[in-house]
Amino acid sequence: MDDGKSTLIGRLLHDSKNIYEDHLASLATDSRNAGRDKIDFAMLTDGLKSEREQGITIDVAYRHFSTPKRRFIIADTPGHEQYTRNMVSGASTANLAIILIDARNGVLTQSRRHGFIASLLGIPHLVVAINKMDLVDYSEDVFKSISDEYREFSAKLPTRDVIFIPMSAFYGDNVVMRSDKMPWYDGPPLLSHLESVHIASDQNLIDFRLPVQYVLRPNQDFRGFAGTVASGVVRVGNEVVALPSGRISRVQRIIAAGEDVEHAFPPQSVTLCLDDEIDISRGDMITHPANVPWLAGDIEALIIWMDTRPLQINRQYIIKHTTRTVRGRISEIKYKIDPNTLHRQDADSLQLNEIGRINAQLMRPILCDEYANNRQTGSFIIIDPQTNFTAGAGMVIDRSHKYERATPQYLSSQKSAASNLTRHTGHVSIEERERLFGHSPVTVWLTGLSGSGKSTLAYAVEKKLTEKGHACFVLDGDNVRHGLNRDLGFSAEDRFENIRRVAEIAKLMNESGLIVIASFISPLKTDRANAREIIGQGRFVEVFVDASVELCEQRDPKGLYARARKGEIPDFTGISAPYDPPESPAVRIDSGKSTVAQGVKSILAHLRQMRVLS
Amino acid sequence: METLQLSNLKTLEAESIHIIREVVAEFERPVMLYSVGKDSSVMVRLAQKAFAPGKIPFPLLHVDTSMKFPEMYEFRDQFCRESGADLRVYRFEEAIAAGVNPWDLGTVKCCAQLKTQALLNALQEGQYDAAFGGARRDEEKSRAKERVYSFSDEFGQWDPKNQRPELWSLYNGRIRKGESIRVFPLSNWTELDVWMYIYSENIPVVPMYFAKEREMVQREGRLVPVYENTQLQECEKPEKLMCRFRTLGCYPCTGAVESTAANVAEIVEEMMVARNSERITRLIDHDQDSSMEQKKREGYF
Repeated sequence: MDDGKSTLIGRLLHDSKNIYEDHLASLATDSRNAGRDKIDFAMLTDGLKSEREQGITIDVAYRHFSTPKRRFIIADTPGHEQYTRNMVSGASTANLAIILIDARNGVLTQSRRHGFIASLLGIPHLVVAINKMDLVDYSEDVFKSISDEYREFSAKLPTRDVIFIPMSAFYGDNVVMRSDKMPWYDGPPLLSHLESVHIASDQNLIDFRLPVQYVLRPNQDFRGFAGTVASGVVRVGNEVVALPSGRISRVQRIIAAGEDVEHAFPPQSVTLCLDDEIDISRGDMITHPANVPWLAGDIEALIIWMDTRPLQINRQYIIKHTTRTVRGRISEIKYKIDPNTLHRQDADSLQLNEIGRINAQLMRPILCDEYANNRQTGSFIIIDPQTNFTAGAGMVIDRSHKYERATPQYLSSQKSAASNLTRHTGHVSIEERERLFGHSPVTVWLTGLSGSGKSTLAYAVEKKLTEKGHACFVLDGDNVRHGLNRDLGFSAEDRFENIRRVAEIAKLMNESGLIVIASFISPLKTDRANAREIIGQGRFVEVFVDASVELCEQRDPKGLYARARKGEIPDFTGISAPYDPPESPAVRIDSGKSTVAQGVKSILAHLRQMRVLS
Repeated sequence: METLQLSNLKTLEAESIHIIREVVAEFERPVMLYSVGKDSSVMVRLAQKAFAPGKIPFPLLHVDTSMKFPEMYEFRDQFCRESGADLRVYRFEEAIAAGVNPWDLGTVKCCAQLKTQALLNALQEGQYDAAFGGARRDEEKSRAKERVYSFSDEFGQWDPKNQRPELWSLYNGRIRKGESIRVFPLSNWTELDVWMYIYSENIPVVPMYFAKEREMVQREGRLVPVYENTQLQECEKPEKLMCRFRTLGCYPCTGAVESTAANVAEIVEEMMVARNSERITRLIDHDQDSSMEQKKREGYF
């Protein structure tokens, strides 16, 4: 911010001869048009109209330059606190961070904040550029006192490589060329440092991790597991384990970018072929059996919140980690960190740009490592299921005492524990049950407004199926709330729990062989998606009983709409709470037009088409 | 000792393959925008590598303005035949029949119809939820701001001030019905990288990139090729010049540069000492203030 960032980038590009002449010419025109009296290098990097108008950087811009020694990408990120989320985007993939300090102002709050964010995102190398030395007479004392002060602060950060360079970006001192104005400085100019800093050892070449991205099966004879090597090295002939199944096999072939190779390492995109035919799908991970990640469903992490809608405890979010996407919730905020002072504070929510240490509970465990050891398998993003916005970014913390490693021993102990619990059903296969019942069990999930006719339809379907000799049962919203779920109300959280319990019951009934007809308003898309996940994609049949609010209100069989209108029932779907209509239901029934018999007919026709009924 | 470090080109290649695979794994109907140019050639090669020994699991889509150079059509058909790609061509016939052209309407309106609107029509018609484009961040300043996964709303529009944060290589491809994601697997490539890759992988490109003597005319500081139907102004005199095309677009709006680089190796050499950017020859980048940003907001690639 006003400390010469754009001038430094411009100087770096210009002096290393990396600006095209036509860009330089249009830069001169732009600068003149904006009323600047000299070339404003900021206009080179601030690519958006509103950025040039306001003279600030809003979003990260990527600029390329190269020297005979190295190829660089500069992520030009905004320094303002309100654009922290854009800064972390740039920082997440950086090898080195340059923090600018105006020599006249010394160490400011923002200088500390930027250093903290760089270390939080695991950038291994830090350069503190003490700029505008020309305005303090190239004074060694000023340089020393600023670097001493910053060093005291940076000692508290995990970043080990921190160096200080005095410079004047405006005049080009110590940017590309060594300055003759500061003979007391015996370190390298910035560009020489950038060209020589050792980054090869930043790569984790020890812990082999291949998150499976895609399964390639072009024909009967070929089955390959495609993915990007996150860390470590794998060789043809290596013994490997597929996680979380724990199945062991051997690497038969490695294809990297279309060619057979003997070994692979990060960040290569490869395809592995294994000796044995084992079931592996997207979201699984291939590693060496003796070096495996954690398998954790409860994780502790540092997160940065990036959404204008604050983080809500216990609300359901989507978490994307490597190639695995799961649902989960943040169950606790241990504290938030003031990035300016590093002080910890209690918090029950995180606002835009706030950083906190949290616990998260995931519906399926993830295969992860500590972020400090592995940027690829230690990072995740948090997505808001309603807006689909990337709402947060997280970094897994080492809690070895809490997490379990996905060792073959641990995985098999988990399996035998599970088989103990299900032993009594273990002797009857699903095929036997299907023969017994004459159908494959599914859950027909009816969703729609109160008064749309779901229950009537559900019981009619039950009657028809029973007449045809199928064992089935209706789970009805009102009935369940009288018993199993009588402790729940109608808040978003309680509605979520209501649906979760019903879905678990439906799943059990399906496993016992019954067809379930579930009749629930289930207004939120996310809740229905959750039910689908629990019951299983192949067993979940979504039926949309479509009726307008007006029609339902007219019918109002239970007098609920009248009471909701009077304000006696809060959070009433269709009146004071939203209903997300399903986007692509398996069956849609127009409640205003079709009769109950027609509705039953369409549902049964769909079940026959699915080959649920013979 | 073996080295466990990837070269710059191999690193870029690996990143692009990762992006292409991620899209195929997460989207229902991806498509690759194919513009016949060098970047498209590279993108298709990367897609082949990503799914080898299988075939590319999505179609290529050429949004054809009907104003491309004849050499481009010829190359397109041969390239797609030889690479076994499934090419779909979309032309906005209504606008083409109405005679939309840059001479009468100006480049801004012509692009809006034959490119932007045509593209939106094509994406909607094919119900594509993800579209790969060959744009690079080094091409132009508003492109330097673009994410790898760029979100478009249901009207195909881009909002540069409210982009989803993008960290690590964790791309957020979640969308609602009607919305889509534009994906740029070549985001981190430069023009020189593209040529180096074409060289090292021996990738075919349209011969117009190579220098030869062509019939040209100077127009507003640009070298424009002369064809039978080129409308010449009074003061304009065609002349024979050694030149080549650094980028390929529609014939009325694409200029050439004087050059003697007649093969890929010579182009690489020329690139290393280039003093001007590649898009200097594209009229449409300069037709209004912040012109590329404006076009992109409306749905242009």
